[in-house]
Amino acid sequence: MSLKIHLNRCKGCGICVAFCPKQVLAVSEVEKVEIVDESKCIKCGQCELRCPDYAIFVEK
Amino acid sequence: MSMEELIDQYFRPGRLPHIWCPGCGHGVVTGCIVKAVDKLALSKDEVAVVSGIGCSSRASGYLDFNTVHSAHGRALPVATGIKLADPKLTVIVVTGDGDATAIGGNHLIHAARRNIDMTVVLYNNSIYGMTGGQYSPMTPVHAKATTAPYGTIERDFNVAELVKAAGATFVARSTSFHAQMTTDLIAKGIAHKGFSLIEVVSACPTSYGRQNKMGGPADMMKWQRDHGVPMVAYEKLSAEDKLIKFPIGLLYEVTDAQEYTEAYEALIAAAKGGK
Ligand SMILES: Cc1ncc(C[n+]2csc(CCOP(=O)(O)OP(=O)(O)O)c2C)c(N)n1
Ligand code: SF4
Repeated sequence: MSLKIHLNRCKGCGICVAFCPKQVLAVSEVEKVEIVDESKCIKCGQCELRCPDYAIFVEK
Repeated sequence: MSMEELIDQYFRPGRLPHIWCPGCGHGVVTGCIVKAVDKLALSKDEVAVVSGIGCSSRASGYLDFNTVHSAHGRALPVATGIKLADPKLTVIVVTGDGDATAIGGNHLIHAARRNIDMTVVLYNNSIYGMTGGQYSPMTPVHAKATTAPYGTIERDFNVAELVKAAGATFVARSTSFHAQMTTDLIAKGIAHKGFSLIEVVSACPTSYGRQNKMGGPADMMKWQRDHGVPMVAYEKLSAEDKLIKFPIGLLYEVTDAQEYTEAYEALIAAAKGGK
């Protein structure tokens, strides 16, 4: 696992989804981030850098 | 330290999730403050964070330093007292565009004039977020607000030029999209001895974004990416582009101006020496 998500902090704003260059993430029906395909993650850190809620981290 | 460890270290335990709306830029800016403090290897006890009132000013309640959540517009006088009482402290003021330039506008120009050593991080979301989206002195002219349903006819402050003219010795601007630049500028502002102000263009999707049809949180961040232009490139823009874009980065710095607490300590020493 290279992505660590704190679901209790996530408010489903969709910023990480919009800035992920590899379409790894989506916002689920319950308005929380979900991982669609982690194998595509290149660990660029865009989601972690832009998340206003400290809800997603990339473990290097 | 990883970002996750930084949050665990510098945020008060059990305070997350914070109260900011989904996609509010204020969380990113607050993360940048924490990264800047860590970059400078300051201990929690060496730092005092003072805020006024507003969504932005809520940041002081989350951060695990010496903190004061003061009254609306009054962060700077409280910070001035703290700095004078213990000049060794690193004083960071967290404020909004309304807090700093409307009700607190007079304090802002006089703190800048004195060149007292502190760092103001001004979260500029162009609106009074907390109270429901009234226009502030930094709402761009013609933009909509609940108190300006046809667009405001008031011209807006350029806070960087304002504090520069008033006497600030470190002036910078960034955005919540340009997070690394924001961290870097806050760290430089803290290291600078004198009055530093970093305006960080933040996003209020709930009030400003909705009223001005700017799209969702991600669209507002992309707007910042597309409108914030590093100073050198900004200078080369056409007159037309200059009107819709804004310069970011370090805008102004002087290092040889008299700092207020040093002048005050020198005065005390002179008075004690009977001179
Ligand atoms: C003396 C006083 N007047 C008015 C208010 C109401 N009030 C609370 S927050 C605020 C504006 C905050 O706007 P800003 O500083 O831009 O912060 P934001 O919420 O947008 O982050 C106002 C007018 C108050 N709390 N105290
Ligand atoms: S009202 Fe605006 S500034 Fe306040 S928390 Fe919501 S999005 Fe942020």
